Amino acid sequence: MDGIFGIPAPLLFGQLLLGLINGAFYAMLSLGLAVIFGLLNIVNMAHGALFMMGAFVAWMLLTWFGLGYWWALVLVPIIVGAFGVLLEKLFISRLYKLDHLYGLLLTFGLALVIEGLFRNQFGSSGLPYRIPPALSGSWDLDFMFLPIYRAWVVIFALVACLATWLVIEKTRLGAYLRAATENAPLVQAFGVNVPRMVTLTYGAGVGLAALGGVLAAPIYSVNPQMGSNLIIVVFAVVVIGGMGSILGAVLTGFALGVVEGLTKVFYPEASATVIFVIMVIVLLARPAGLFGRA
Amino acid sequence: MGGSGVRRRGLLAAAGTLAAGGAAPPARAQQQANVIRLGVLTDMSGPYRDPTGPGSVSCTQQAAAEMANRGFTVEILQADHQNKPDVGANIARQWYDQGVDAIVDVPTSSVALAINGIAREKNKVFLNSGAATSDLTGPACSPNTVHFTYDTFMLAKSTGAALAKAGGDTWFFVTADYAFGHALQRDTARFVEAAGGKVLGAARYPFPATTDFSAFLVQAQASRAKVLGLANAGTDTATCIKQAREFGLTRNMKVAGLLMSFMEVHSLGLPTAQGLLMTEPFYWDLNDRTRAFAERVRPRMPGQAMPAQVQAGCYGVSLHYLKAVADMGPAAAKADGRAAVARMKAMPTDDDAFGQGRVREDGRKIHPSYLFEVKAPNESRGQWDYLKVVATTPAEEAFRPVAEGGCPLVRS
Repeated sequence: MDGIFGIPAPLLFGQLLLGLINGAFYAMLSLGLAVIFGLLNIVNMAHGALFMMGAFVAWMLLTWFGLGYWWALVLVPIIVGAFGVLLEKLFISRLYKLDHLYGLLLTFGLALVIEGLFRNQFGSSGLPYRIPPALSGSWDLDFMFLPIYRAWVVIFALVACLATWLVIEKTRLGAYLRAATENAPLVQAFGVNVPRMVTLTYGAGVGLAALGGVLAAPIYSVNPQMGSNLIIVVFAVVVIGGMGSILGAVLTGFALGVVEGLTKVFYPEASATVIFVIMVIVLLARPAGLFGRA
Repeated sequence: MGGSGVRRRGLLAAAGTLAAGGAAPPARAQQQANVIRLGVLTDMSGPYRDPTGPGSVSCTQQAAAEMANRGFTVEILQADHQNKPDVGANIARQWYDQGVDAIVDVPTSSVALAINGIAREKNKVFLNSGAATSDLTGPACSPNTVHFTYDTFMLAKSTGAALAKAGGDTWFFVTADYAFGHALQRDTARFVEAAGGKVLGAARYPFPATTDFSAFLVQAQASRAKVLGLANAGTDTATCIKQAREFGLTRNMKVAGLLMSFMEVHSLGLPTAQGLLMTEPFYWDLNDRTRAFAERVRPRMPGQAMPAQVQAGCYGVSLHYLKAVADMGPAAAKADGRAAVARMKAMPTDDDAFGQGRVREDGRKIHPSYLFEVKAPNESRGQWDYLKVVATTPAEEAFRPVAEGGCPLVRS
């Protein structure tokens, strides 16, 4: 009566909510990955490292320049996005004609280099970054304390995902992007500068990862391995959602956050594995992913 | 061909074991008889890097520097075990086969337990500083191993008993799901229950794949326990404390970081960490000797950081091993790891980081343990000034009594 499978209902609601919050991070990261894969055909293994860079740049802005959280939300995606543009120009653009594997290996290597550099400079134990005063404190929801900042993360992530989706599906720019993925030479023939568009798309995807990093900085520990712990899960999310499917990435991100959250209640030992079990099942039943086109 | 090659190698290995220690080819042996090789095997890239890692190498180098000109030279190697038992075991086998005499540090209990067995099998020396499982000197104890800095029993006794005494009689654990977390939870629960307290529950999370602990913290909150026991270490502990504060657990629960060093305080910042209780056998600002040691080693440390307890332990254990080598002669020490460890047990220890002490029959090094409280921001006078001592447990009481460990080496 007073519980579901022996777990008190309030606790379960709390866990669902927490799962949704973690899902917000999965959604934001997998969205960036899906956009990059959809338009560039690059499996961006550096995404986790760029997420981590987002958190570190937020810390640098605060510590070295005295610019707080709100500035970071605006500046960090631009700074790290510009770094992404540099990466694309220098390295990734040389690989478009080759097999996927080359892009995967290159970006994986870049991720290791970036993480290694940050580890040498800042160590592994992490740096302090506090929740901005306007968002600190928590609401008492009867069934749990909800920190205001976590609610902010969910809302902000939803808005960011929705905005990205609108840009790609409903605007002229998005139409160019989608057309270029179908047939780049034809779009170029219409006078659109496709290479520049591709570069900027990579920058935007990286900016999304960095934005995720800023959101994560006050609640996770800001340390060099924070991205590598997340990236494998996020890849599973993208695969389950369907490579390149933007809506799929977002919905799957939130859904898997919830599934993982529930696992943490019933059998915490399996919480790191459950997403991969789902991935195997989905790949067996629908190889193109839940929302992908076969 | 392949089959017979493998068999021949197997036979050679067996012959080597029979000859107790396996002789190297004579020419090579003569060349190397004067070189003692220490291999620092540690976490260079994961969550335990800062309190162990490159700093452990620096502290081992400091010990070697202080033992220069004793009739032998010391070579120091380093490697990253990535917190994986298979990776660590492979490196250890290779190192021992290639003439490394002693492996130093090895944080992460699961890796340490694997290497504990290999050192014994090859009759080499294992000088552990970073792993915490008390099984290393309990059921898994070995005549080739010295366990130096701390163990789960010592940490549990100091922090666990102090909190239980202060009214913390109901506990909920958040536990890293591997050998170390299990041992730390088990040992702490024993003290809580001995003091009349109760363990209301525990959540075991996958290590090292967990980034968000809120789900476990909310379970802890719902249990209405008075104490949240963190049976984990490194960045996991730091993130748990940060998120416990975020979710308001600190309002009606005491948070006990059961294995913490001031490195985690450094990463959390004093405003978040103030008031936490933690146990360490070494802190740079304990007395004149520890301050002198810290000043000596700092120029070698990455980022000129203060040495943490495990790093200081690498200094202490390497120094003591090298003293034993000097005492018995490098050739004898290299030939028989068991004899070298026996000599370490026969000699009293004395170093600036841990003071005077000894190595027990079961391989346990004993010294006092200190219960610290993290200072409030306005009490701190400098960059590394984080802790103040609130209680001291004398050396003979700090660790598990020899008879209770279940170590087969100990005859009752």
